[in-house]
Amino acid sequence: MAQVTLIEALTMAMAHEMAKDPSVVVLGEDVGVNGGVFRATVGLSDKFGPLRVIDTPLDETTIAGIAVGMAAQGMKPIAEAQFDGFVYPMVDHIVCHAARFRTRTRGRLSCPLVLRVPWGGGIRAPEHHSEANESTFTNVPGLRVVLPSSPSRAYGLLLAAIRDPDPVVFFEPKRIYRQYKEEVADDGEALPLDVCFVLRDGSDVTLVTWGAQVKETLEAAEALAKEGVSAEVIDVATLKPLDFDTIHESVKKTGRCVVVHEAPRTAGFGAEIAARLAEHAMYDLVAPVERVTGYDTHIPLFRLEMKYLPSVERIVAAAKRTLAAS
Amino acid sequence: MSIAASFEIEYLQYLDADGKLVRNDLPEFARDTRQLVELYKTMSFVRVFDGKAVALQRTGKLGTYASCLGHEAAHVAIGSAMHVDDVFAPMYREYGAQFVRGVKPREVLMYWGGDERGNDFSGPAHDFPWCVPIATQCLHAAGAAMAFKIRKEPRVAVSVVGDGGSSKTDFYAAINMAGAQTLPYVSVIVNNQWAISVPRSAQTGAKTLAQKGIAAGLECLQVDGNDLIAMRTAMDYAIKRARHGHGGMVIEAVTYRLSDHTTADDARRYRPDAEVKSAWEREPLKRLRNYLVAQNAWSDKHEETWKAECEKIVDVEVNAYLEAKVQPVEAMFDYVYAELPADLQEQRAQVLALEQRKH
Repeated sequence: MAQVTLIEALTMAMAHEMAKDPSVVVLGEDVGVNGGVFRATVGLSDKFGPLRVIDTPLDETTIAGIAVGMAAQGMKPIAEAQFDGFVYPMVDHIVCHAARFRTRTRGRLSCPLVLRVPWGGGIRAPEHHSEANESTFTNVPGLRVVLPSSPSRAYGLLLAAIRDPDPVVFFEPKRIYRQYKEEVADDGEALPLDVCFVLRDGSDVTLVTWGAQVKETLEAAEALAKEGVSAEVIDVATLKPLDFDTIHESVKKTGRCVVVHEAPRTAGFGAEIAARLAEHAMYDLVAPVERVTGYDTHIPLFRLEMKYLPSVERIVAAAKRTLAAS
Repeated sequence: MSIAASFEIEYLQYLDADGKLVRNDLPEFARDTRQLVELYKTMSFVRVFDGKAVALQRTGKLGTYASCLGHEAAHVAIGSAMHVDDVFAPMYREYGAQFVRGVKPREVLMYWGGDERGNDFSGPAHDFPWCVPIATQCLHAAGAAMAFKIRKEPRVAVSVVGDGGSSKTDFYAAINMAGAQTLPYVSVIVNNQWAISVPRSAQTGAKTLAQKGIAAGLECLQVDGNDLIAMRTAMDYAIKRARHGHGGMVIEAVTYRLSDHTTADDARRYRPDAEVKSAWEREPLKRLRNYLVAQNAWSDKHEETWKAECEKIVDVEVNAYLEAKVQPVEAMFDYVYAELPADLQEQRAQVLALEQRKH
């Protein structure tokens, strides 16, 4: 088994599926010879050639629209949006078409594409390169919104996304692209979509998060453990459709919940989780739901960005507030 | 200074407004008057259907409807030039092209009548559905053409966009991609002079819309879009060269929107009656009919019989539409995903429970 980083696991998944399924193609800016600006597609052009690893003109509308057209005609395109902040010209095609073809045609046509989006802050990048914009898509029927948080989940969830018969917006936490290596077998085994992963069992408080914040959240759980607090950590992984049952089961046990995400707070996906807890788990809760999120500001340029992103300290403090409340 | 590049845009017309031939190199298909008669009959059918659809809307039996009045030659030429395996990406008024490809009039009515099943139509299952967000269909067609290129299939993708739509990013993006990848893609701009209330002159400073293809590296042609023979000749040429790997083409079909933009529009607010009146003198049916009559291939008697036949067929279609039962309420859930996710099952159950309580 290979020891791979998260981004290497993504490359491995794409190469595996492209070798297995001739309808899988990759398209985007610089995905060919250059292997992508983050090197997610490195080596694919050599292996599969320029007709299956397509360097498109420099236009995000083109990438999304072409992917929709190909997907509706029997291909399984994996489109790359070079950075999160460049995804907006793609929204028309993803929202108005990819997400609706099945409904619009009563199942005659569908759009099994994957839109890969390097996502989130914390890499000291220029403006528009650090956005956590998953909520742009979580309000859209017909889409799946997926965010892996480890090399093995990146491999298994990307395979599942490519094989899924519906469009998937696949956000990649670029801050942890190369953070650590993990043993990942290139065995073509997909992980299930639409389910949360419980990363750490606990009994006092449930910490719910996704993407790069899994790192800080696990560290917060470790810090809490040193103070005798047992925190359960849930990686939501597929935001839409949401596996609320796993979150609910955990909160039934702990009575407390902290939702952690780096996107702005208002109408961030944490609001959906908090609302569902209010609807379904009011009497299981012994303390108000806490949210540790980005602020309702633009993510600052990089001298300040780490003060914007949820920190271990903020997560621990929020967890303690839920404990103090009961 | 030397010249880095130069271009000219050719204009193609066979029949003038009165139906007189203006060229003597009539293409093969047009020498067969029986075939021309069939195409004329389809155009004529489309007009009867269109009038009926507008009447249905006016009497509250149809939702907002986009008329195709005046576009019959362009649309029927597009549809008849395509193979069944080719892919058509329409905007939302190309019924003439779609009828030729097997879409039923009742399905057009179903869509504008508020029922998604209209888009699960009887035309080729790979054809794209009606596309409301302007010009986005151009990129879908180019994407289809990319798929054909990857799979080495001898198929062509054809999209239609309006003069207004040719201002959009997606139109430019699609022809640009087609040029960069030598795609089997034909982009037809049906220039009907009006994008709702905005005239062609306000869309661009370009002298022709066809020339937009030059910047993308495509072959370009401006055609009299009211002349079935010219339009079909242009489409045959574009599709043939695309199919044989010679790349994409932009065809500007110059026509006129004789109707309002849709039934929700009132064009009298923004365009002079005199302009519309003069456009009627150039309309597509009259000139082809005159030509066929001059060739002794058509007569007033034929006209009368065929019109009556069209009325009958359209009535059957209208009745089929009016009699179609509304989809069950849960249908709004059943095509959002291939399989209903667990997360949506509760909402579906809620809707069903609410519905059952009412009965």
